[in-house]
Amino acid sequence: MNEAVTTGFDTFDLVAMGLKIALIVVMLLQVVPIMVWVERRGSALLQNRLGPNRIGPFGLLQSLVDAIKMMFKEDRVTGHVNPFYFRLAPLVSLIPAFMTFAAIPFASHITLGDKTVEFQIADLNVGLLYILSITSLSVYGVIMGSWASNNKYAIFGGLRSAAQMISYELSMGLSIIGLVMIVGSLKLGDIAAAQGAALFHIGPLAIPKWGIFLQPIGFLIFITCTYAETNRLPFDLPEGESEIVAGYHLEYYSMMFGAFMMAEYINMTVASALTATLYFGGWQLFPGLDLVLASAANHGLQGLAFEWTRVALEAACFTLKTAFFMWLFVWVRWTIPRFRYDQLMNLGWKVLLPLSLANIFVTGYLIYLKVL
Amino acid sequence: MLVKRDTTALQNLYILEVLKGLWITMKNMLFVRHVTIQYPEERRNYSDRYRGMHYIKATNGVENCTACMLCPTVCPAECIHIEAGERPDKEKYPVKFDIDVLRCCFCGMCEEACPKDAIKLSKIYEMSLSTRKVYDKDYLLEQRGHK
Repeated sequence: MNEAVTTGFDTFDLVAMGLKIALIVVMLLQVVPIMVWVERRGSALLQNRLGPNRIGPFGLLQSLVDAIKMMFKEDRVTGHVNPFYFRLAPLVSLIPAFMTFAAIPFASHITLGDKTVEFQIADLNVGLLYILSITSLSVYGVIMGSWASNNKYAIFGGLRSAAQMISYELSMGLSIIGLVMIVGSLKLGDIAAAQGAALFHIGPLAIPKWGIFLQPIGFLIFITCTYAETNRLPFDLPEGESEIVAGYHLEYYSMMFGAFMMAEYINMTVASALTATLYFGGWQLFPGLDLVLASAANHGLQGLAFEWTRVALEAACFTLKTAFFMWLFVWVRWTIPRFRYDQLMNLGWKVLLPLSLANIFVTGYLIYLKVL
Repeated sequence: MLVKRDTTALQNLYILEVLKGLWITMKNMLFVRHVTIQYPEERRNYSDRYRGMHYIKATNGVENCTACMLCPTVCPAECIHIEAGERPDKEKYPVKFDIDVLRCCFCGMCEEACPKDAIKLSKIYEMSLSTRKVYDKDYLLEQRGHK
């Protein structure tokens, strides 16, 4: 019975970890209906329409009603599919989507007594590699679902998805390397913490050393690749409703389709959080907020209250940054039309890949010159 | 077909073009009024000449129709069915007056042909019903959308 103590897990750690996991899982589950609502209302507003505004205030409960509809829909498997893989595929794409958020820090740490709690489920020393590898797992769900559907459009969608993932995963991985070279760590906590230093000062305002200022080209390549990785417009060729009907989830309905949709929106959340963490300082406060916090400390906000305020502000900043990139997903979707398949491959292999390689060399040279 | 367009090097970079596109959509979101008509509360205002649901005009509760059969004759869709009868005062009147609305093409020729100003088309455009109601004489005499 004493083994639990020797492995270093005590009640405090367990409770803290349980609370963090519960927070992340509930947040990821809640983000789906909210994002569906944002997507529908946002697309309507961008197109001079109104969108769903009947159920609940501003139509907020529309997603809830849609979810109920999906759950109570008849869940039958048509004769021409492979039932086992057909039912497995939504889970295979949903579970990696949930797993990735574990390595993303959503605030810095807090010291309670003699314990330090990191606001991150797992501060892996290979955090970035973990996220990249798990996100590439989600393509298996897409391919499995499309193949099990036994439908030509679905197979087209799955094959496109596979080709697209492979091409863009490469540039995505390479685009981050520049940042990793500067920070010198694959830990997302370290990367977020390293972006707190000041790049230069404007009066009392410190412009932080965010990744976007150090790696602008890397950021552009990375965000382009995230759109391809999450199968969102302008790279939603696996779905391509005007050419291959609905692509890989053509044969899906009820909550099995819902699981695919949830996976898409959770992948969007993770991609946005990762973009915010890598290039916009993650949980680092917005420039100027640190001055507000310091003045609050001067006016008597001390001790644990100050620490919790700091953590809350950091989490709020992280949420705002993530929310902006999620809105960007919606905004871009209703602005840029879908790429043609050859254009997609051209962009991936002939533009983004050489550009990301060049970015690595230039970054390396600048580090050699001790500029970065 | 692949159409070659002349693009500048700056346009080929996409970045500026994407930003321009994003600005266009954001402009539409922020500054352009929505065009949605929220149907049950707001309604589109149709012209007075709109040809909608039929009705038979009545004076003092008696239909104007004398069953002269001009409207079923002129009707291109052949959707008006009249059975004529005789009143005690030897006046001709329709015993039955059914309109097969599913066949009706709302051309308004019956309205034009009618010498007694009896059959008319109102502005009502919500014509779906929750019952299997036939457009018979009683229904048409209810003076819906009278004009």
